[in-house]
Amino acid sequence: MENIFVIAEHRQGEIRDITFEMLNLGNSLAKENDMTVTSVLLGKDTGDIQEKLQKASDRVLVMDAPELADYNADYYLAALEGIIKEKTPRLVLIGHTSAGMDLAPPLSVRTGAPLATDCMDVRLTGDTLEATRQVFGGKINAELSLKPSATYMVTVRPGCFPDAGDLGKSAETDTIPVPEWTNLRGRHFLEYLTSETEDVDIAAADILVSVGRGIGKPENIPMVEEFATAIGATVSCSRPVADKEWLPKSRQVGVSGKTVKPKIYIALGISGAFQHQAGMKNADTIIAVNTDAAAPIFSVAHYGIVGDLLQVIPVLTEKFKNA
Amino acid sequence: MNIVVCVKQVPEVSDADLEINRKGSDIDREDLEFEINEWDNYAVEEAVRLKEAHGGHVTVITLGDEDCEDVLRQSLAMGADEAILIDEDGFEMSDAAGIAKGLHGVVKDLSFDILLTGVQSSDNSWGQVGLILAELLGLPYASLVVGIEMGDGKATVFRELESDTQEKVELPLPAAMTVQTGINTPRYVSILGIKKVRKIKIKETDADELNLSEDEIGAEGSCVTSRKLVIPSIGGAAEMLTGSLDDICNKAAQIIQDKGGLV
Ligand SMILES: Cc1cc2nc3c(=O)[nH]c(=O)nc-3n(C[C@H](O)[C@H](O)[C@H](O)COP(=O)(O)OP(=O)(O)OC[C@H]3O[C@@H](n4cnc5c(N)ncnc54)[C@H](O)[C@@H]3O)c2cc1C
Ligand SMILES: Nc1ncnc2c1ncn2[C@@H]1O[C@H](COP(=O)(O)O)[C@@H](O)[C@H]1O
Repeated sequence: MENIFVIAEHRQGEIRDITFEMLNLGNSLAKENDMTVTSVLLGKDTGDIQEKLQKASDRVLVMDAPELADYNADYYLAALEGIIKEKTPRLVLIGHTSAGMDLAPPLSVRTGAPLATDCMDVRLTGDTLEATRQVFGGKINAELSLKPSATYMVTVRPGCFPDAGDLGKSAETDTIPVPEWTNLRGRHFLEYLTSETEDVDIAAADILVSVGRGIGKPENIPMVEEFATAIGATVSCSRPVADKEWLPKSRQVGVSGKTVKPKIYIALGISGAFQHQAGMKNADTIIAVNTDAAAPIFSVAHYGIVGDLLQVIPVLTEKFKNA
Repeated sequence: MNIVVCVKQVPEVSDADLEINRKGSDIDREDLEFEINEWDNYAVEEAVRLKEAHGGHVTVITLGDEDCEDVLRQSLAMGADEAILIDEDGFEMSDAAGIAKGLHGVVKDLSFDILLTGVQSSDNSWGQVGLILAELLGLPYASLVVGIEMGDGKATVFRELESDTQEKVELPLPAAMTVQTGINTPRYVSILGIKKVRKIKIKETDADELNLSEDEIGAEGSCVTSRKLVIPSIGGAAEMLTGSLDDICNKAAQIIQDKGGLV
């Protein structure tokens, strides 16, 4: 039977949201094409996760080994190369996440499956696979067709599909024997590290004034701090501002920083890359100030100002000082 | 400690009005400025720091047209010792694997301990080239690297995960790593600095010399058979505040107050 594989992602015993987003996509592609959805779960003692996958899959394939407890490219590649070559799924879905980004390119080399990464939409029709992804900093969409192949591989951008949740399915679970590990390269997982205590918790703030690279230089940050104080807000930032140490890392909003859901999020000079949007798009009200009318931030903002933040902010601050 | 770094020249787009060419296959590049891919700038800095701490030699490689010499000169000015340019002739329309094959042709003959690339290129954002290259070379690797500690014949590497979490992994050397922004603070390169490296000769090679045939690279070797670019419609979502600066700020202040800002 023609088949769609979803590589289940989990960390420290928790299934990751992307897995159910991929199951949503996988199930709709399967329906359109009369195919089935198989969740592939690599791990150690994953009983709880299996149960959740069964409700949204037609089949669950499980490989259980101590080497698979934590994501490790060496073992994941060895295991998945074998499974994919043996079962020849039509399409393999992998998350465009820290694990999936690490895994997919070498896996495509080993299996010979054409790979499109960071896809926001995928269409499977007959022989061809089409995908939509973003290029040039999210300002342009690219519609791709991949060359005909028995198996395709796609990494799926987080946050693009709703959670499949419980589809009322009750898949059978098959256990796959652990292979003899070959082609290992000596990579070892050592431990997880979480960040130390921080100055403020931006996730707890009602109002965030967030600065991006458009601020230009660190000398401009006090102007934004003054504005934030005037409206009772906390200052947060996009990644480049934290990378340059203009503000502490603990203030960074986005996939690799914090997820925030304030009443008001004011984005100043932030282009709105998906990694940033992932951390703030659920704010109640989003106001964006950007010199570029085509900046992707305006696609998630509720209110937009096309203008120079260095001009807008002082005037806006005065409005509150005089109020 | 010898280090190889792959660097790419990319158009600067965050402030630019982008237009798509008539065929829909690419953006119009004529009025754009070009720069080193942000991630690669961090990778070059990391390589130079590792050399400064442990001794050794840094080689930078790019695949591109003649103008891409600029990113090589900039890398040399930052402290790289040697630069190689792979002529892009034949590589036009390559997918990530095609580019990786070109780089592989050069890297496979170099002796090195660490191979660095950026996590992704800001134009294509595949996030693929570095890891495909690692696989072609049969190397251990780690992506999304935000810290490297050298040990005896091995490196302890910090990988960035989601939600402010990192993972510590160990790699035996030689190894490949893709560098994430923020790993360091790249040094500033002055015009004078670039002038100083003017005399360093850049080695050049091409697909022929690397014995890459047409069906391995370029459009023919690519797994992407067609690519159509479109400018997404941004509108719809945001209500744009317009008028004089004062009008705009009055409107914005009202919204902030209505939604719960300090009065
Ligand atoms: C694995 C991974 C994880 C990532 N995690 C995160 C994350 O957690 N958070 C995050 O933010 N990013 C993250 N990124 C980076 C992300 O892809 C973008 O590079 C980043 O968000 C861009 O930040 P920016 O919008 O501040 O800068 P840019 O994209 O450079 O945008 C600057 C904007 O400012 C505007 N501007 C310039 N001058 C002015 C002015 N005077 N007034 C008004 N506007 C002006 C420009 O038009 C532009 O839109 C991650 C990337 C990767 C690969
Ligand atoms: N044309 C190129 N020349 C040299 N290095 C490249 C080239 N394209 C990509 N790379 C490297 O591969 C990384 C990832 O690129 P990509 O897979 O296109 O997102 C970049 O950060 C570079 O280090």
